[in-house]
This record gives sequence, C-alpha cells and structure tokens, in this order.
Amino acid sequence: MARIGVLALQGAFREHCAVLRRLNHEATEVRTPAELAGVEALVIPGGESTTIDKLLDSSALRAPLLERLAAGMPAFGTCAGLIVLSASAVDATPDQRPLAAIDVVAQRNGYGRQVASFEAPVRLLGDERAMPGVFIRAPRIVAVGPGVEVVATLQGEAVAVASGTIMVATFHPELTEDDRLHRRFAALLA
Amino acid sequence: MAEFGTMRIKSGLAEMFKGGVIMDVVNAEQAKVAEDAGACAVMALERVPADIRADGGVARMSDPEMINGIQAAVTIPVMAKARIGHFVEAQVLQALEVDYIDESEVLSPADEAHHIDKWKFDVPFVCGATNLGEALRRIGEGAAMIRSKGEAGTGNVIEATRHMRAISGAIRQLAALDPDELYTRAKELGAPLPLVQWVAEHGRLPVVLFTAGGLATPADAAMMMQLGADGVFVGSGIFKSGDPSKRARAIVQATTHFRDAKVIADVSRNLGEAMVGRTNLAPEELLATRGW
Repeated sequence: MARIGVLALQGAFREHCAVLRRLNHEATEVRTPAELAGVEALVIPGGESTTIDKLLDSSALRAPLLERLAAGMPAFGTCAGLIVLSASAVDATPDQRPLAAIDVVAQRNGYGRQVASFEAPVRLLGDERAMPGVFIRAPRIVAVGPGVEVVATLQGEAVAVASGTIMVATFHPELTEDDRLHRRFAALLA
Repeated sequence: MAEFGTMRIKSGLAEMFKGGVIMDVVNAEQAKVAEDAGACAVMALERVPADIRADGGVARMSDPEMINGIQAAVTIPVMAKARIGHFVEAQVLQALEVDYIDESEVLSPADEAHHIDKWKFDVPFVCGATNLGEALRRIGEGAAMIRSKGEAGTGNVIEATRHMRAISGAIRQLAALDPDELYTRAKELGAPLPLVQWVAEHGRLPVVLFTAGGLATPADAAMMMQLGADGVFVGSGIFKSGDPSKRARAIVQATTHFRDAKVIADVSRNLGEAMVGRTNLAPEELLATRGW
C-alpha cells in the first residue's frame, strides 16, 4: 500500500483516485506544492492538456514537479497526462511546455475531433487477455526514444509505453473496470 | 472492431471537462483568449446571452462559417448550441464535427413538447436542468452531460444557486428513501425509474453535472463547485467584463482551487469591472422555464 497522489488541477482525477483506492492504495488529490511533497508517486489524469499546463504554473507546481520527477518519483499519465509528461507534443499550443519526463513525442488529438473518439480492445504485452481501450480525443504516440518499452498496442501501434519509473497511456483505463495498468504502475513503487 | 459514439465515449469526454471552465465565445479572437486563459472547452455562439436578451427576437444555431472559424482557431474542444427540439440544427452541428452539442434554452425553442432524441447522434449532448426530474428526463433522452440552467445573461448567480441546491438536495433525498418508495418518487419526478434507482444507489447523477447561468466572478465559480458542481460554464460574465483575459484566468484558478479562499482572494484582486447584470426579471424574460 502506497500513498499515491493524483494531480487534481483539472480532468478525470476522481476516477483515478477510485481505482487506486480499490487497489488498497491511499490516493490523495494534489493541487499544491505541499500536497505534492506528501506523495510517493503521481498520476496525471486525462483532461485538457493546455488547461493543466497553465494551472501547473499558476499553482506553482511546475518547478517542484520537475524536481520530483528528476529525483525518480514514479508517474503515470493517461491521455492529457501523457502529453504533460511527454518530451514534446505535435499540435500543442505555442506556450505549452511538456515536462519531458519520458522520451515520447505525442500528437494531440491524434485521431481527430470527438466524432472520431472510439472504444476498441487493446493488446497488453505479455498478457493474453485484451484490455478495453477508451480513446477520447486521444493523443497518438508518434515517436519514442531508446529504452522506451511498449506496454500496450492497438493494431500494432503503441498506445501505452514505459521507461524507468514513468508510464503513459493514450487511453483511459480509469473509465473501465480493468485495473491492470494501475497495478503495473503500483508495482513500480515496490 | 472500434465502436464510435458509445455512451462511455460521450459521457467520458464530459469527465475530462471536470474541474474546468467552459467559456462562451463569439469569434476566433475570443476563442484564443479563452484557450490562453486555460478554458477546458469553448462554446461557439453568435451572441452571448446578455446580447440575446438585449436584442430580443428569435435566437438560432450559429453560422457554420463562424463555428468552423473557431474550430480552426483553437485546439481545445468546441461546443455549439442547437435550439431545444431542433434535431436538424443538431444534425448540422454533428456534420460540422463540433465536440459537444448544447441543446439550449438560451436559444428560442423549436418544439414545445419534445426535446431532441439524443441517442440518434454520435456527438454527445449537454442539456440544461433546473431540478432532478428534468435532469433525468434529459439523460433518458440520451444527454451525456447536464448543466444546471441558472439564468443566462443576467450576471446574477441566484438562479444557478437555486438549481444546484434543487438538484443536489433531491439527490440526497432520494438516497435516503426506501427502495419501495422509489416507484412513486419516479412518478413524482417525471423521470425514468431505472435512472431514479441508479441515482438513489450511487448518490449522484450518472453523468457529469456542470453549473451555468449568471456566473460572473471567481467566487461565483468556487461557490458552485462547493455546492457540488463538477465544473462551470461562464457565458456573458467574461466577455462582458472590463478585462476578459484576466477575469477568465481568475475564474479558471478559482474553479481548480475552489476550497482555498486565499487563492480566490488573490485572483479576485483588481479584475476590473464585472458585467453590470440584471435583476428582477419579468416571468416572460426567464430562459430557465424553457424545456419540458
């Protein structure tokens, strides 16, 4: 059981908290530097990446978050959270500054507008059983650096990857009952 | 193999709006101001509600050219309004690939008995509600997100407060009822029984609940969040104020840090003039009574 924070500036943070609590972890919402200091790991949820990016600055969280990530704090980003943790993002707004915690290039709204959002089963590597994938105005992973390991694919394309203590997914496991990615993330803390 | 337009996809996008501010914009410049301020989505419309009130006449869906212009200007989701019951306006908005359709009482209703059958669309809908029964009727018709109506274009938060309290109060009351009592309660609410049972069991709406209508200050937004809203719509309150960009940023921060009065105090400093607003509306001026 670990004390895992969920960045609660904007987006689907409640759902991540619920999954983590179901897995018997202590989940806390993080909106301030003091709250960030109190957690062992951080989930960055889906939401609007431009909004979260701006709120990182106005909430004085960018510097302490970069420091914690550099010091090896495990982090898990889904959808917008992937963009926030990425090295860079295609189609980002000019002022958007991803945290470069993982060597991944993301493309915002990679499939198009909401009418192109979809559900499709995702293949988890090393697991026979498919996982439900909920893709909502989802980003695409367009490039990864060396040492980035593929965790899940959709028709051969990486939709979840990990490197060291950072894991990111383009879809929303928190909107389904399938908690295998959250378990994998929690295992990084052990 | 991929499924489009499922309820999970529709309501899921609303889940991603939570804790955010959706701002009314009438052109590409305002949309950029909203995006730069941290809006999680924009609502594209030809006139903000305060101007619709002032101008009078029939208010309709916006010009597709204007909606496309806003879509081209920003990367965040773009919503647009259709008249209550005007399913062809909704078809047009879906063809334009807006990210959410607001079947809105702010426009002139097109049908005095029926709302749009929202299950027929892949694009999700948000609908207004003044009470729990109305909210559940809209969800029964396929709405994937609810916003309390408030009274748009007034700059006066009192109606938003009334509707948020009405909805949350009725949810708490349902949760306290015996299962045997839910049948009659569903009849009284005029709402589908399975939805009434779901709400009684879970103690919340099955979709995201935002607040709209009359919010003008950071404190208004934070108050609605403390009353249980998942996020807020701000219409005339931003672009009818003295310094829209600054006010928009302040409302975004107050919505995130809604329990932190110190943050709300800080962001409320020197915001310039708030919209003047309206009080004491005549019954025929009320928009919230539109919808059935």
